[in-house]
Amino acid sequence: MSGFNANHELDIHSLNESTEFLSFVLGDEHYALDIMSVKEIRGYESVTKIANAPPFIKGVINLRGDIVPIVDLRLKFNVGEATYNEFTIVIMLNVADRIVGIVVDGVSDVIRLTDEEIRPAPEFGVAFDSRYLLGLAPVEEEMIILVNIEQLITSDELGLFDTHNAGNDVSE
Amino acid sequence: MSIDMEQFHGVFFDESQEHLDEMEHQLMDLDLQDLDPEQLNSIFRAAHSIKGGSGIFGFDALTRVTHVMENLLDRARQHTLVLSTEIVDLFLHTVDNLKSILAKYRDDEPVENSEVAPMVKALEDVLAAHSQDLSGHSTQTEKGQNLSKGTASDADCEDDSFGFFEPIQTATLDAEKIQNGQDDTEVDLGFGFFEPIDNTNQVIESDDKASDDEQGFGFFAPLEQVSATDDGPKAPAASKPTKKSTKSKAEKRSTKAKSAKVKSSNTDTSSIRVDTLKIDSLVNLVGELVITQSMLTMIGSEVEGELQEKVQTALAELHRNTREIQESVMSMRMLPMQVTFNRFPRVVRDLSSKLGKKVDLRIEGGNTEIDKGMIEKLVDPLTHLVRNSIDHGIETTAKRIELGKPETGVVTLKAEQKGSSIVISIIDDGAGLSRQRILDKAIENGLAVDLTMPDEQVWQLIFEAGFSTAAEVTDVSGRGVGMDVVRRNIESIGGRIEIESSFGIGSEFRIHLPLTLAIVDGMCVGVGNQVFVVPLVNIIESIQPSEEQIKMISNDKLLWIREQYWPLIDLYKVMNIDDGISDPTKGIVVLLESSKKRFGLLIDGLLGQQQVVIKSLEQHYKRVPGIAGATIMGDGNVAMILDVESLASKVKARLPEAEL
Repeated sequence: MSGFNANHELDIHSLNESTEFLSFVLGDEHYALDIMSVKEIRGYESVTKIANAPPFIKGVINLRGDIVPIVDLRLKFNVGEATYNEFTIVIMLNVADRIVGIVVDGVSDVIRLTDEEIRPAPEFGVAFDSRYLLGLAPVEEEMIILVNIEQLITSDELGLFDTHNAGNDVSE
Repeated sequence: MSIDMEQFHGVFFDESQEHLDEMEHQLMDLDLQDLDPEQLNSIFRAAHSIKGGSGIFGFDALTRVTHVMENLLDRARQHTLVLSTEIVDLFLHTVDNLKSILAKYRDDEPVENSEVAPMVKALEDVLAAHSQDLSGHSTQTEKGQNLSKGTASDADCEDDSFGFFEPIQTATLDAEKIQNGQDDTEVDLGFGFFEPIDNTNQVIESDDKASDDEQGFGFFAPLEQVSATDDGPKAPAASKPTKKSTKSKAEKRSTKAKSAKVKSSNTDTSSIRVDTLKIDSLVNLVGELVITQSMLTMIGSEVEGELQEKVQTALAELHRNTREIQESVMSMRMLPMQVTFNRFPRVVRDLSSKLGKKVDLRIEGGNTEIDKGMIEKLVDPLTHLVRNSIDHGIETTAKRIELGKPETGVVTLKAEQKGSSIVISIIDDGAGLSRQRILDKAIENGLAVDLTMPDEQVWQLIFEAGFSTAAEVTDVSGRGVGMDVVRRNIESIGGRIEIESSFGIGSEFRIHLPLTLAIVDGMCVGVGNQVFVVPLVNIIESIQPSEEQIKMISNDKLLWIREQYWPLIDLYKVMNIDDGISDPTKGIVVLLESSKKRFGLLIDGLLGQQQVVIKSLEQHYKRVPGIAGATIMGDGNVAMILDVESLASKVKARLPEAEL
């Protein structure tokens, strides 16, 4: 785990004097991610399923000509209720030269945080593995969990990226 | 100068690469018995352009090599050096090295002096060797003179000028050197953008007569000569006409000399260099437009009343326009196959001399246009196949004579458009594939084979990994890595490969490719509530089977059609869809053909035929087994395009015994 801690130190330092975060709700918890990685926020629309994909990958949508996968973080992390209606929110992210949509329970606010306000994350107690976290920040009596969204989206756990050489044989 | 030169680097690299390719091409074309001065000129120009550009950007290694090369070429141009096969080989070798140096500069890697020095040395040695016995080549010079006499109507002037050629030669070089060092910047900066007029530019720029001579390549000098120093009997009376005739001759000659250049300048002036990314984004946007247009058509059909007709007319117009835009945008990505084929004379030459075989390369249909993205991916498979044909296909000269075949083997590269696909064939008149050897090898490798298999299936065995029947491994081929890669590369661009071969007569490898990577003619099929697109090329027919046509073998369904068993794949199972029709007699079976096998695909129903724009799934997600890509339907929803090749391998996994 020491490796992760080192990363995490670096990540904090790489944040500017004050950084803007977009806060969102998953279940009962408040999260936030770097607003620079957000492309847009839109309502949930019907997706095209991908065969044999894990349940939290809902499928793909057409985002102005790009075929973009939609991940339901509620299903992935077992929080909240995975319902889909006109109020369901999808945050479209621009991460690692890709576009990925994440389904969340709601988007709350844009918050500005300085380095000092960000506390190191605990090793447990939240749905996310601490390696995907930047830290915690108290905002108006709420504890906001800062997510390292790039780390999360590119992780093997989500499996949105081809691992080195997946091969092209279906029989495998 | 505080201008950021880096921004020009990209252009320089592209240009230089093209110049090197051109050089290689021209060198290969060079007929040593009958030198075409214009060819030498283009080689010279290419070397010169690279030298100029690299000088500006400080790519010294390139400058050094091209400089010596240029000197040599210039000698050849002036007929003071006779080009021999050795020298041409040296040039070709140098071009190769220049390419690798260029690549290093491009990748910001350091270029070691040790890479450059031997090359410069080799070239300088040739230069030195030939400058010593200059006089020994007087006959050659004579010959050269005759050559120019042949092309020029007025030999007198030509002869006159000839005497002036050599003395100023050194001056020319010097002058040029100076020019290069100093004010060439102007000329050469423009390089890439103004290339066609480069020559003129230089002539205008330099008030040095010597350069005139050099650049105008002999045409301007006679003129001066005639008017200034011609005090012979002919002069007073004939001064004007001579001038005129010289001029017109010069013009004639220069038109001739420039004909090749005119060709290139034509392509240069009538085309502009555009980043492929821009074209790709244009292709994408047009794809969007097509989708929007079909959405509008859907909405338009709901309009009623007096507006209906107007809307329909406008929509029809829109439909036609979008199609046209789509076609012309697609054509922007098309390049003639010649681009790829051009490299093969070199490959064949090198390889045949290495193997001591006589091989003639014929190229047909180089004008056939093909998507740029495919061209890049075709180079390796084609090179491999051509090498294979020469190494394994064509017999040694002795053997060929023994067999009563013509001494020189023929390898033909052919490209042609057949309907909506491009067929590229590599044909040789060599030994052909040996059925027995392939079968033996297959058994040795533990592959499932049947001695009664039809030829086509036997041939396909050579595409298995680790398969080589070459009696001995050479550094050319025979390691058996390759054919499987060839097939994979071709399949990755949506193509398939076929082999036809007769023992002792020759073989033909045929690569079938879709016309474009961006659009596919597809059949939309429904399974459950999902829509899939099946590429039309793979579809043989669609049927609704009857009860008695369905047979079961150990839980796998087979379809009995026209005296043949077809394995049956349920798309709803493969794609994990709950509400698909599972009873073949209630659904539709689409009979599909891939390069590996034929099979039936069970779907719920056919929805209609449509051209779809292929979108990458991998761009934002990853490869999905059985899926070639995605597309956006008229209603804005995403549909998956099936990958018939990879579905076919599912058949293999499930029904090893049901090989067709």
